[in-house]
Amino acid sequence: MLHPVPTLKETPSQTAGPYVHIGMTPNFCGITGVIDADMGLSMLTPDTKGQRIVITGRVIDGSGAPVADAVIEIWQADADGGFVTPPSRDSNSRPSFLGWGRQPADAEGSFTFETIKPGPVAGPDGRPQAPHVSLWIVARGINIGLQTRLYFSDEAAANAEDYVLNKIMDKRRRPTLIAQKQDGDVPRYVLDIHLQGPNETVFFDF
Amino acid sequence: MSGIILPGADGALYQRDRAWHPPADTPTYKSTTFRAPKQSLLALGPTKSELSGPTFGHEKLGALDNDLIRNFSQDGTEAIGQRLVVYGQVLDENARPVPRTLVEFWQANAGGRYRHKKEGYLAAIDPNFGGFGRALTDENGFYSFRTIKPGAYPWPNGGNDWRPAHIHFSVFGHAFAQRLITQMYFEGDPMIWQCPIVGTVPDKAGIDQLIARLDRHNTAPMDALAYRFDIVLRGRRSTMFENKLEGN
Ligand SMILES: [Fe+3]
Repeated sequence: MLHPVPTLKETPSQTAGPYVHIGMTPNFCGITGVIDADMGLSMLTPDTKGQRIVITGRVIDGSGAPVADAVIEIWQADADGGFVTPPSRDSNSRPSFLGWGRQPADAEGSFTFETIKPGPVAGPDGRPQAPHVSLWIVARGINIGLQTRLYFSDEAAANAEDYVLNKIMDKRRRPTLIAQKQDGDVPRYVLDIHLQGPNETVFFDF
Repeated sequence: MSGIILPGADGALYQRDRAWHPPADTPTYKSTTFRAPKQSLLALGPTKSELSGPTFGHEKLGALDNDLIRNFSQDGTEAIGQRLVVYGQVLDENARPVPRTLVEFWQANAGGRYRHKKEGYLAAIDPNFGGFGRALTDENGFYSFRTIKPGAYPWPNGGNDWRPAHIHFSVFGHAFAQRLITQMYFEGDPMIWQCPIVGTVPDKAGIDQLIARLDRHNTAPMDALAYRFDIVLRGRRSTMFENKLEGN
């Protein structure tokens, strides 16, 4: 036997429900004074290396309505394509870029992250993956958190070679993961997440 | 030094058993109707991007972060309700403890009311109860917090649906692909078995995993009942012949 057989079953997922903002962004809901600031709202420090960008979009349901009670988390590499680990387990100092962000959707279903453009990460085939951000979306009516990715429209050559994008057999669905760049002092990348419909986002079982 | 590395000893996660989790589209829980993706998920082994994840060992948690009885007190008055200690161990599917991981929890007050602007239930707000807390697991994967028992509450789904008393949990693990949100119920509550959200979990044994057990040994005498709720996250593959196990 090469692998030990898992002995326990994963705890089943349950919906985050309509009040997930209480648990994940309490200050946003007016539950102030418990923690100083909601976790993950601010990803950057003055020492963060890399190109500042904004990632923004909306979460939209199958009727076209905004998913106002969603929470979106992102996880990404730093500018060099590395994933951050703190200097030591017991260190109290924050790394200059944690790579993780969390935002509540607002009444329009909109979310905005101020972050940096990630560097390329090696894929399972050894070649670099196109720069990407991992997303995880929870809300009322979502029974298990949705895993997807965001890619960048100005990385067309890298996107064309990307390990994960190329696994999407229906090429017409690949654009559901590609955020469109809007130039500015700080470039903005815009991507809407469609839970259903003709533009349904590709969701993964990673 | 690691020992003999055999094929597959890459620290990859076991594939998620999707049949153990609720399917996306569950008509008896009506909110899924417009929110369940209709296309099937694209199954891929996790890459480095999903096998890594944020670590929160550097977060300084406040002394009251895991005390919902007092962490929103406006004037030193404690929250109203039946006092509880909720604790448990975060493990992976290989039964290995998951240390130093962040657990967040949120719940209604003793009357079943959430402190949220969209909440319309008649039950009164408790001015000294916020309903949010968090804890880091210790070296052995244990977390604990003090709270009050949440009330059951009605919700607009069917004509007369009520949620059983429950606490919402968010757990990180050490890989982004381990991220999990779930709900904890209380042993012996007959309302568990009539709840459309509980009923989204296909297997009765899966539901049983969501039910915390009354623990008389850890009761705080004349103060608080104890409930134990263990949480299992996805496990990593590792061979039996390694000296150093992959992952944590
Ligand atoms: Fe709830």
